[in-house]
Amino acid sequence: MESLNIVSSMVTMATQIRRDILRMVHAVSSGHPGGSLGCVDYFTALHFHFMKHNAANFNMSGNGEDVFFLSNGHISPVYYSTLARSGYFPVAELATFRKLNSRLQGHPATHEHLPGIRVATGSLGQGLSVASGLALQKKIDHDTHTVWVVTGDGELQEGQIWEAVMFAAHRKLDNMIVAVDFNQKQIDGSTGDVMGLTEWTSKFLAFGWEVLEMDGNNWDSIMKVIPEAQSKLGGGKPIVIIMKTEMGQGVDFMMGTHAWHGKAPNDEQLERALAQLPETAHGDY
Amino acid sequence: MKSYEILGQKDTRSGFGAGLHEAGKLDSNVVALCSDLTGSLMMDAFKDEFPERFIQAGIAEANMISASAGLATGGKIPFAGTFANFATGRVYDQIRQSVAYSHKNVKICASHAGLTLGEDGATHQILEDLGLMKMLPGMVVINPCDYNQTKAATMAIAKYDGPCYLRFGRPKWPVFIPEDMPFEIGKALMLSEGKDVTIFATGHMVWKAIEAGHVLAEKGIDAEVINIHTIKPLDRDAILASAKKTGCVVSAEEHQMNGGLGDSIAQLLSRELPTPMEYVAVNDSFGESGTPDQLLEKYGLTTAAIVAAAERAIARKA
Repeated sequence: MESLNIVSSMVTMATQIRRDILRMVHAVSSGHPGGSLGCVDYFTALHFHFMKHNAANFNMSGNGEDVFFLSNGHISPVYYSTLARSGYFPVAELATFRKLNSRLQGHPATHEHLPGIRVATGSLGQGLSVASGLALQKKIDHDTHTVWVVTGDGELQEGQIWEAVMFAAHRKLDNMIVAVDFNQKQIDGSTGDVMGLTEWTSKFLAFGWEVLEMDGNNWDSIMKVIPEAQSKLGGGKPIVIIMKTEMGQGVDFMMGTHAWHGKAPNDEQLERALAQLPETAHGDY
Repeated sequence: MKSYEILGQKDTRSGFGAGLHEAGKLDSNVVALCSDLTGSLMMDAFKDEFPERFIQAGIAEANMISASAGLATGGKIPFAGTFANFATGRVYDQIRQSVAYSHKNVKICASHAGLTLGEDGATHQILEDLGLMKMLPGMVVINPCDYNQTKAATMAIAKYDGPCYLRFGRPKWPVFIPEDMPFEIGKALMLSEGKDVTIFATGHMVWKAIEAGHVLAEKGIDAEVINIHTIKPLDRDAILASAKKTGCVVSAEEHQMNGGLGDSIAQLLSRELPTPMEYVAVNDSFGESGTPDQLLEKYGLTTAAIVAAAERAIARKA
């Protein structure tokens, strides 16, 4: 029963985060709702259940706690909403997203000292390397906490990703769990059309990683696969979850297309979208 | 013109290696990364004494720089070493986003900079690195002049909290800075006071500036020679005070004229104290294979070139 309640509360939180994402990008007519909506459930599961982190007292070093890195920084709306809703900074600050003098830059940055952000990401391919460096630091310092990473699937077209994949395996960074947001869409179309990357699982296996597959929009799958990934921590290999998601998840007209990768809804579209995501007790910002 | 005794002939990369070893002894948070050039960067002493703190990054410089940012986030003081070309141009975006914009305490350690790399040729002779690095907000940029200064600079940046670019080179070069001289980031070093012209020099060109000062003295010209080891932050006060005193200046560097030390000095003087200025630098050209001396001669980075530049500058004084 307890786990049912946990999932039920996370479903509600995920709905609230989806509302936040849509309202944030609508307010500034810019930003990346598609991938953000697809990753909401995983972000929620990590920050509200699986991660051992201290949101109220953000510590840049992350020593003694789990650390999360978003490598594909453009899905900042889901990141910001999740951070705010989990207590890193006031929820009201979401209203400043992408505006002048805000800590909530278009792409995440440390420059404005937003709690929760440990490195700037946006130029793709770098976050996994940064996370690997911090995972190595945890190893050196005998800190047994986990480093969690999200990357895009289009992002795997960056060569640096594969440098990091080699590095993490070579250094036996078995304290890192990477989720690849496998929504199979990028700005110019489907990932297969733009730069077909095939044999995902066998590629990571060949590099010496543990590989799991998960439906990132299915709570049964999420609640089963994440513990399974955690059970492999300390096994000598870095861990990757190929996380199948639907870009635009939760809003019918944003699903099944790459069109909403980097496009904000207009007034009418926002109204239609929010109608599909009922208000929650958490309340809008 | 003050005379300096040559204490020996050593490469500045060995100064880096010695400084890294000392920094590692002084602070257990110092870690070192290298992309398959450990011997070339003289990092073996550190590697041998602190194997658990030495990270072989392989021929994957982009990952090395970003991973350094991660190590720094967790509290380490990473020194990431490779050839200057691969430490800057190849990984500019990684340095820009993961290190500089994110203000990580990463030390980018760049060897074999400039023409004095020699026979490997222009693919490896980066002459644009100072410009690339100094344009990044918050980046400290240092180009020491000899073994002792490089060793001291390496130890100094370990104590400084923030991103740094440390540039050094391959050839054996005269050592003349006292072994015990501490390195002050951002503080110009007065090598010889004079009244007729100021020579601001950095890196390997500092020794040639001293030589030029003696040649000028024989011609009855009293040159002031100042070592600008820190290109950023620039020692504005020292530069303005000297320019005001001598009334004309020369910059000397093993770098492109575009974007180098001379550019920084000119930008300062044009705003604060317009002063006749001449440059000794590579003029919008790539290098090529050859011995260091042949290359410095061909591309105009010589003692004679500094002397000639000083005379031109003096002639332009009102």
